[in-house]
Amino acid sequence: MTSTPLVVLENVNKHFGDLHVLRDINLTVNSGEVVVVIGPSGSGKSTLCRTINRLETIDSGTITLDGQPLPAEGRGLAKLRSDVGMVFQSFNLFAHKTVLQNVTLGPTKVLRQGKAEAEKRGMELLDRVQIGDQAHKYPAQLSGGQQQRVAIARALAMNPKVILFDEPTSALDPEMVQEVLDVMTDLAREGMTMVVVTHEMGFARRAANRVIFMADGQIVEENTPDEFFTNPRSERAQDFLSKILTH
Amino acid sequence: MEAFLSNIDRVVDGFSWTVRLTLVSALLSFVLGILLTAMRASPVPLLRGLATSYVEGVRNTPLTLVLLFCGLGLNSALGLSMADSVAMDVFWWAVIGLSAYTACFVSESLRAGINTIPLGQVEAARSLGLTFTQNLRLIVIPQALRTVVGPLGSVLIALTKNTTVASVAGLGVQEASREMKLMFDQGIAPVLPTFVGFAIGFLILTLPTGYFFGWLSKRVAVVR
Ligand SMILES: Nc1ncnc2c1ncn2[C@@H]1O[C@H](COP(=O)(O)OP(=O)(O)OP(=O)(O)O)[C@@H](O)[C@H]1O
Ligand SMILES: [Mg+2]
Repeated sequence: MTSTPLVVLENVNKHFGDLHVLRDINLTVNSGEVVVVIGPSGSGKSTLCRTINRLETIDSGTITLDGQPLPAEGRGLAKLRSDVGMVFQSFNLFAHKTVLQNVTLGPTKVLRQGKAEAEKRGMELLDRVQIGDQAHKYPAQLSGGQQQRVAIARALAMNPKVILFDEPTSALDPEMVQEVLDVMTDLAREGMTMVVVTHEMGFARRAANRVIFMADGQIVEENTPDEFFTNPRSERAQDFLSKILTH
Repeated sequence: MEAFLSNIDRVVDGFSWTVRLTLVSALLSFVLGILLTAMRASPVPLLRGLATSYVEGVRNTPLTLVLLFCGLGLNSALGLSMADSVAMDVFWWAVIGLSAYTACFVSESLRAGINTIPLGQVEAARSLGLTFTQNLRLIVIPQALRTVVGPLGSVLIALTKNTTVASVAGLGVQEASREMKLMFDQGIAPVLPTFVGFAIGFLILTLPTGYFFGWLSKRVAVVR
């Protein structure tokens, strides 16, 4: 695997009012790498993801994508966002658009692809996440697992350099978790660069190159999945793992 | 009843003015309502403040006062004129008063519609790289409009009935209820059947409006 740095965060700090949500975050995600972010509720995992495509601004530090600092606003920012895919816990599909329209909206309106071209590629992507036969339905007609797979296809349609996943399976019924994780595992195998906030240890062990453990806005521990889950070094991580393992 | 029916052409003429007043005011208040909503959603504090004070102020003023202000204040006292003939002059002042008032309710409905759109969809659109205006045009407004079809229907029905205030509030504008009052004053129509006749006339206008907007709002509803 090549190890060119793709996403680099240096000394990133972020406050919500008095709350210091990100404290001196330093993180490098290399091209083709899959990084799993894990940690207790409120530790800043979502905020970390959201700063990478600037859905949240930061107070200090730098974030670069492919060597370029994140643009502050305007066209440059829109271009950056089109390079960074995002998959949300609550799917966030466009309710008034069909599955296929959800997938082609970005390519036609942002990348200025022709409709036919975007639809052809959209269908390929929907087939790839095994939902091609539902292309003309509306999001509300699909199960949660299906909706999340559409959301992944929607992100892929932009040919992003990296995809951020914020707890993509937390809102799903248990029987639908695996179908989404399978799609993500395939993506990881194909070399997609991914940052994944998840507590799914099976996925982390199978697909991740690295696990990052966050607590109170800091990166407390960083290790390979096997090392992290079998030999957590910090007390916070040991405590946290014992809690998620017992329930 | 016969006396009422023998004057049916006057009744129809009265209602034709009610319809004209309603349609023109509806169009103007829709445009004004969208403008007010855009101002209230804008990042510029001055625009937001202006639009919010206007909506809160006018919405909470009795319509009679708004129309009296247009008729007695702007038209008679200040001598502002909208048209050459007196009939058209009062017609346009009534349209202005009704629109100024109804736009507030249009704006309130639209704002409620925008608030129903989950923030997550807006963020998803943003994270695809859509610009602020693309986001409004492609994601927010199409969904907001669909959710407010029903409420806008109610606003239109209220407007239809509110046109009757225009003739009593200083503006002697032609419309159905004024025609009714004239028929009473001239003693050419028996009171009870005439009342019933005009009431049915309003039902003929408002009931189908209500059904149509109800049907339309179901048709275009966004399933969530
Ligand atoms: N928009 C906001 N305004 C104020 N505080 C916020 C905002 N978003 C998040 N926070 C706070 O920042 C902290 C970190 O939130 P964040 O959502 O990043 O945590 P998380 O690790 O993703 O938690 P969870 O596992 O519950 O999703 C929390 O204390 C949260 O309450
Ligand atoms: Mg979170």
